[in-house]
Amino acid sequence: MDQSFRCISIDSEKFNDNSITTNTSEEQSSVEESISQFYKNFKSRISSKEEIEPAANSLPKLNRDLHLSYLKKGLRSLSESYECLDASRPWLCYWIVHSLELLDYPLSDDVIAQVAVFLSKCQCDTGGFAGGPGQSAHLAPTYAAINALCILGTEEAYKVINRNTLKSFLMKMRTAEGAFKMHEGGEVDIRGAYCAASVAKLTNIITEEMFDGTPEWIVRCQTYEGGFGGCPGMEAHGGYSFCGLAALTLLGHTKLCDIDRVLRWTANRQMRYEGGFQGRTNKLVDGCYSFWQGGAFPLMHMILSLSENKSLSAENWLCHQKALQEYILICCQHPGGGLIDKPGKNRDFYHTCYCLSGLSVAQHFAGGKLGHLTVVGHEENQLRPTHPVFNICVEAVVHSSLYFSKLPKV
Amino acid sequence: MSDSGSDCGDGPWVAYREREEWKDVSPVPQDDGPHPIVQIAYSEKFRDVYDYFRAIVAKKEISDRALDLTKDAAELNAANYTVWHYRRTIMKELKKDLKEELRYITQVITEHPKNYQVWHHRRVIVEWLGDPKEELEFTAKILRGDAKNYHAWQHRQWVIREFNLWDNELDYVNKLLVDDLRNNSAWNQRYFVINNTTGFNDDVVDREVSYTQDFIKKAPNNESAWNYLKGVLLDRELSTINDLMTNFMCTSLADEFDTIRSEYWNYVSRVLSNKYGQSTTPTTEQTVVS
Repeated sequence: MDQSFRCISIDSEKFNDNSITTNTSEEQSSVEESISQFYKNFKSRISSKEEIEPAANSLPKLNRDLHLSYLKKGLRSLSESYECLDASRPWLCYWIVHSLELLDYPLSDDVIAQVAVFLSKCQCDTGGFAGGPGQSAHLAPTYAAINALCILGTEEAYKVINRNTLKSFLMKMRTAEGAFKMHEGGEVDIRGAYCAASVAKLTNIITEEMFDGTPEWIVRCQTYEGGFGGCPGMEAHGGYSFCGLAALTLLGHTKLCDIDRVLRWTANRQMRYEGGFQGRTNKLVDGCYSFWQGGAFPLMHMILSLSENKSLSAENWLCHQKALQEYILICCQHPGGGLIDKPGKNRDFYHTCYCLSGLSVAQHFAGGKLGHLTVVGHEENQLRPTHPVFNICVEAVVHSSLYFSKLPKV
Repeated sequence: MSDSGSDCGDGPWVAYREREEWKDVSPVPQDDGPHPIVQIAYSEKFRDVYDYFRAIVAKKEISDRALDLTKDAAELNAANYTVWHYRRTIMKELKKDLKEELRYITQVITEHPKNYQVWHHRRVIVEWLGDPKEELEFTAKILRGDAKNYHAWQHRQWVIREFNLWDNELDYVNKLLVDDLRNNSAWNQRYFVINNTTGFNDDVVDREVSYTQDFIKKAPNNESAWNYLKGVLLDRELSTINDLMTNFMCTSLADEFDTIRSEYWNYVSRVLSNKYGQSTTPTTEQTVVS
């Protein structure tokens, strides 16, 4: 593998504010300044060694052991500061078990059983999963719980999911026009459509009436910039854009959106200096968009290939995979384990999950029958490939789909 | 220093289980099962409040004390959507003062401006009130602290659409753009307003093109303005630049001016070449980074 690094010669890529200073340009410059320290330190590490063939110990390295111990501890217990996520506990399960599967860390049978039982405690009698035991059902933790259960991958875990009540919960969340409320009496936005489509597809309970009108509603969220907003009229945003594109993919209606404009907007969200992605135009880089934006490239590649696009590369996504890996490995690893938004920010399980997911996407190209690996730094940095529609590992999608496909219609 | 969470500021915190007026209620502990996972080390206060919250939900109690309890629960975790939903259920049944609730949620949003639940609560209260009078000023206040707060913009768009408050919005947007011409949320709002009022007819397009050009002249390196310009011209005959010229531009962008997007520009170039049968760029195999 070629080990030249983009980040050692990018000074000219810093933001040019045309001598008009605003809030946006000041914040951007200050982030570039802090990131330049990380890239400079890296540069001096590798240039103090052999210029051409850097010694193995100066290559960017994913601190597996530190991340693993941070994740394993979190799966058990969390400090008081996590009270603000007390209504997102299935998310915590998903962020952690997905990070662990990306790192190829096998969970023991006991832990698998315990996570499954805990998630069963979050399932509501009337269908769907809640943010914690005794709370009411919500589409986001429903998505997280079902993803986590599919990652666990045992029959016991699959059996936790009550598909009959799940279906009635999804039908209750549907609005007349085919959008989805997040919960009873809750807000409507594009996350609802994605979460609903994802769980309905994975558990094989999808029906035509469930998503009647949904693709048309989603397409109304595509903006003049090309990405999708949270609801019609709102600004294009990485998280919502992923939801829109992934949901259209799940529902088989990608032709309804303007894919060239999604591509143009998403490609332009990769930061020319930092190498990572921003969530919106003129906002700051954030490690989590490594997946929300980065994960859209496999989706777009697939969508573009449907129209037999001969111009597509057979080895790379349409983003700079190496620059993204450099940003994640050099700037987004917390020294104590876990990954972060950007230097100076604190670690958390959300950023750990989405930095690692983005790293996986940036390493593994898979177009049609072809696969191609691009691993920046140490060989051991290689993660397992994630499925870009569900964001659980490919094997977990295959196994759970096989299991649920054999179950009767509900 | 007490850790009083009470909004009335009336002395030190007294746990619910110590309160005479709650003696009739048995707290309901959280059932995490035999082997808790992602177990949070709750504070005593958090555990106490939520044990009682679960109790009143279980007995479906609709009362003033239950309403006060939801306030304590929301203060401990403003993202607990079950709490906010239950609070609305009580408010509706007891026909509580919505204006007072609006004052309360104003204060909570000010403390937690990036939380879905508190903004949704506000929206429902405004819906019930049928009165958007404070909303533009309130969202403007939040946007003064963070001009790109997504929730604030979403709420503002809803209010404007729902109550037909389009009249002064372009002026507001203009002020924000004068303040920071890179504020993409403001550009998006400009598009939102025009798209829902006059639409992009020829006169409006001319006006918007010249408006945007002024900003582009000031600071050419501003993607927000260019994206807006492209958006405004979306359905028009675009440019007189021919595709071969564009193809040449793609190559120099890929190789020199926008190397982070080399994969993208090379792709666009190949699309153009394939379309016009002109092979000006190397094939995929040759462009693989050495």
